[in-house]
Amino acid sequence: MSENPNNWPLWEIFIQSKRGLDHKHVGSLHAADAQMAIENARDVYTRRQEGQSIWVVPAVAISASQPDDAAMLFDPADDKTYRHPTFYQMPEGAKFI
Amino acid sequence: MKMTQQEALFTYCLRRGDDNLILSHRLSEWCGHGPQLEEDIALTNRALDLIGQARNYLQYAGEVEGKGRSEDDLAYMRKERDFVNVKLVELHNGDYAFTMARNFLYDAWHLPLQQALMKSADAQLAAIAGKAVKEITYQLKTSADWMIRFGDGTEESHRRAQTALDALWTCTGELFATDEVEAILQKAGIVPAMAPIKAAFDTKVDAVLAEATLKRPADGFMMSGGREGKHTEHLGFLLAEMQYLQRAYPGATW
Repeated sequence: MSENPNNWPLWEIFIQSKRGLDHKHVGSLHAADAQMAIENARDVYTRRQEGQSIWVVPAVAISASQPDDAAMLFDPADDKTYRHPTFYQMPEGAKFI
Repeated sequence: MKMTQQEALFTYCLRRGDDNLILSHRLSEWCGHGPQLEEDIALTNRALDLIGQARNYLQYAGEVEGKGRSEDDLAYMRKERDFVNVKLVELHNGDYAFTMARNFLYDAWHLPLQQALMKSADAQLAAIAGKAVKEITYQLKTSADWMIRFGDGTEESHRRAQTALDALWTCTGELFATDEVEAILQKAGIVPAMAPIKAAFDTKVDAVLAEATLKRPADGFMMSGGREGKHTEHLGFLLAEMQYLQRAYPGATW
């Protein structure tokens, strides 16, 4: 279907499952505009009570890092364990940090 | 012999059930053939909503009748002449504009009717309507959106939407026709008067068609007969497919 020049643009869909939680990326779909994208997302992604709020974003509006750049971007963090907060003493009695 | 209130209620539930059941089956025919995967899923969802509503009505019809017929008996073991749906819902799907225009006309009638039925003196009818209204509100919103997209879209989509409306319009009269069944039930406060529902239908249709730049067809000849079991030639073929399994293997389960 993606070769069809008349195909509707692609939208990335984000669903919030509960009030207060983040909107999470759940997938993508085709729609002619934002309103139709919300309606389609409702039917494709919230059939089983998955959500209470929907965000739709045109896929072309998302800029992504290149997979080829992954080594340059992320590997340097591998040997910098001092960036993890594991060197602190836990205060006595603290359950959640 | 005069019709009793129980007989009237049975027939009324059958009408509500049959309208939903037959439209649901027509929409299910789009499954796997939608113009886009997303539309395919949306129409199937709508078909499932309608079948849920049909089940509630047919189940209640069986209860009211009191002869031990289940919702399945009523859906699968009645003949063409026993079905009392309007002709609007049994017509072939046509193109996507035709399917959506039919959905729109049906929804614009269905929503105010169900909203009024929420105040029925019959607790079961009120409960069925209360459950359905949210679904129908969404259905009307999406079918109205499609009318506007088609009408105010391209020259081709406008032409197709107008052609569909013109063809379907003669089937809208039946939605508002009343007979002895309604008269008996209206007197008992079980079903609403039709005039306010027609007014709500007119207001909605006029507003959406104006935005869609489509012309409302003139009220001329109107089809009738569906409520008495007199159908178009299309219903028999639909039932043949819908009822095949229960007819070939009565009582089959899986």
